[in-house]
Amino acid sequence: MAAPNTRPLFPEEPAERHTLSVVVDNEAGVLGRITGLFSARGYNIESLTVADISDDHAVSRITIVTTGPRRVIDQIRAQLDRLVPVHSVTDLTELGPHVERELALVKVAGTGEKRVEALRLADIFRARPVDTTTGSFIFEVSGSTSKVDQFIALMREVGLVEVARTGVAAMARGREKA
Amino acid sequence: MQGREMSGAQIVVEALADLGVELIFGYPGGAVLPIYDALFRQARIRHILVRHEQGAVHAAEGYARASGKPGVVLVTSGPGATNAVTGITDALMDSIPIVVLTGQVATHLIGSDAFQECDTVGITRHCSKHNYLVKETERLGPVLHEAFHIATSGRPGPVVVDIPKDVQVARATYRRPGPIQHRSYRPRVKGDLGAIEAAVEMLAAAERPILYTGGGVINSGPNAAQALRELARLCGAPVTSTLMGLGAFPASSPQFLGMLGMHGTYEANMAMNQCDLMLCLGARFDDRVTGRVDAFSPDSRKIHVDIDRSSFNKTVRVDLAIEGDVGHVMDDMVKLWRARGHRPAITEDWWARIRGWRAVDCLAFRQTGPEILPQHAIARLYAAVKDRDPIISTEVGQHQMWAAQHFRFEKPNRWLTSGGLGTMGYGLPAAIGAQLAFPGKLVIDIAGEASILMNIQELGTAAQYRLPVKVFVLNNEYMGMVRQWQDLTYEGRHAESYSDSLPDFVQLAEAFGWKGLRIERPDELDSGIAEMLAHDGPVFVDCRVARLENCFPMIPSGAAHTEMLLAPSEVAGTVDAAAEALV
Repeated sequence: MAAPNTRPLFPEEPAERHTLSVVVDNEAGVLGRITGLFSARGYNIESLTVADISDDHAVSRITIVTTGPRRVIDQIRAQLDRLVPVHSVTDLTELGPHVERELALVKVAGTGEKRVEALRLADIFRARPVDTTTGSFIFEVSGSTSKVDQFIALMREVGLVEVARTGVAAMARGREKA
Repeated sequence: MQGREMSGAQIVVEALADLGVELIFGYPGGAVLPIYDALFRQARIRHILVRHEQGAVHAAEGYARASGKPGVVLVTSGPGATNAVTGITDALMDSIPIVVLTGQVATHLIGSDAFQECDTVGITRHCSKHNYLVKETERLGPVLHEAFHIATSGRPGPVVVDIPKDVQVARATYRRPGPIQHRSYRPRVKGDLGAIEAAVEMLAAAERPILYTGGGVINSGPNAAQALRELARLCGAPVTSTLMGLGAFPASSPQFLGMLGMHGTYEANMAMNQCDLMLCLGARFDDRVTGRVDAFSPDSRKIHVDIDRSSFNKTVRVDLAIEGDVGHVMDDMVKLWRARGHRPAITEDWWARIRGWRAVDCLAFRQTGPEILPQHAIARLYAAVKDRDPIISTEVGQHQMWAAQHFRFEKPNRWLTSGGLGTMGYGLPAAIGAQLAFPGKLVIDIAGEASILMNIQELGTAAQYRLPVKVFVLNNEYMGMVRQWQDLTYEGRHAESYSDSLPDFVQLAEAFGWKGLRIERPDELDSGIAEMLAHDGPVFVDCRVARLENCFPMIPSGAAHTEMLLAPSEVAGTVDAAAEALV
């Protein structure tokens, strides 16, 4: 029998993937407030990136990719918005057209035909070798999450060793500040 | 404004005085000695020495809840701070404005596992509304002013300011700041007028409306309670209240249905279930209120007014959400209702049905036999003190629910209880805080014998400051609510819920310099209460009550409003696994 407290409150809604852009005061502990909020309330984090974005180092932008039913996404936005150091929460998925990019370093080892195939595939994905030995490459690939996912999936077949990904950075299209 | 150079400790005192703080609750220790020395050398702020840091925070909560002013706490680093955590969490759950100042080891020692070091900002990050670690003395003044602004504005809550010892010793210039314009924190006070108009139209058109009011009405201030009375008078709807909201609407009003929820009245829960329009004012659809969410008020349209946007659609989907201070929103609703000359569409049939539910008389009990029924004890206490406008605090458990059911409140800020967190040990320190806010008022902690032992050391605080607090213990020798759930769910197997080896409370109270009284028989009740009230110092009453009495009505965990148990004869003694897993 399913435990009743795991029953979703709004069961009719499918999970959606949303990218949130959160501008925060660049102060000690702010990332802990945000990640702690997600873990305490059981929200998902698919990726999270953070960096200082202003001249005076006063504010940072945190980009969070999360999944959940529509109402949970609304809750996440409201919960983030009420944190004291949060300046703004923008749901880029809700807002409309936006650019999402991430970067990955992908290490592949192999010799012979596999090594040649890895280079050929990298070229198709515009992935750049940034380190090489006679038996390995590290490729730098950037693009949408799905492009990076596909590249990594292909590399698995030709000798994938390890992956490091940055997570998503995102921004609304057009000339306005979101 | 001209600044003055002083030590960090002096800045703390100066800023608190500028913020209008008259008293603080605290306990000294190594990491706050500079602040204690600065307090010693001034006369503007009074310090109340508690006996345990948890007591300090609950006392500050009681002070804040009774007076409407923020409560202030001062504790040392390490165990001082961790002992305060329960109180801080309690204040967060119940939206009580307090500022907690904690000492911290010197900045160069932070992170070295120094003596009495703990990561106070890390520990309190998710149980406070906001917190600060102040690393520069010149930041102390601005941070303290900001901390009070955040604690008291928007949805109120606890703010922690952690102050390393070297920051207290170093010198800096203190300037009293002007009004605070925070960079990112700007709570919305006025509601959206379009939404308020829509709400007024929905309310005016409703045939079976109900006002569901909560602690937000009390937090908003006395004007909000006034606006609620006016709004209720205009729209003619029945009014029910959460545990936290009791007193915002007068219990004596014919429109008042009593408390709703798990131990609420039959009429309140049935009216919530059957209404066609629910206007939720400063409440948050807590699980103790809604019961089973998918059966909660199935046929109503719902309007939710709250200052915290994250409360909307959190557990219950609403049709109209209005973000703003509930007092302001109700003022606007009253103005609009009048301007449009509305007449309520509420039907006579709705009130007839409510009268039918009321006729069930769900809180009735029969005092017979040699044992005092706890409900009877509270009813007699209420009869004896109701004309004195008392402040009542409680601990947590059966006695708390009986007090909420059988004590009736006419005004806000008279009822101090731990609702969200359900903290046993809250009531005595909260009563001390309230008594300090109102030295001339009658303040009574209605307690249970198990809860009172959780902060029993605060008897010493009341004795030291000669506070005439009354503690009225309903002593059934059980953690009664635990035992009640064991009766309901575990066929009466009372695992560890018997309060064994209880002290002699009368002697215990007398050892602390209190007057102690024992009431054992129904015929001693009125005279015992009179004796308690006649004494002008603190009195502890050990009132022995029926040991196995349970609190009804009750909506079992995970049940719908319509599945309310009205009497012990309806208790099955077991539940299915799904219900058992719910708290």
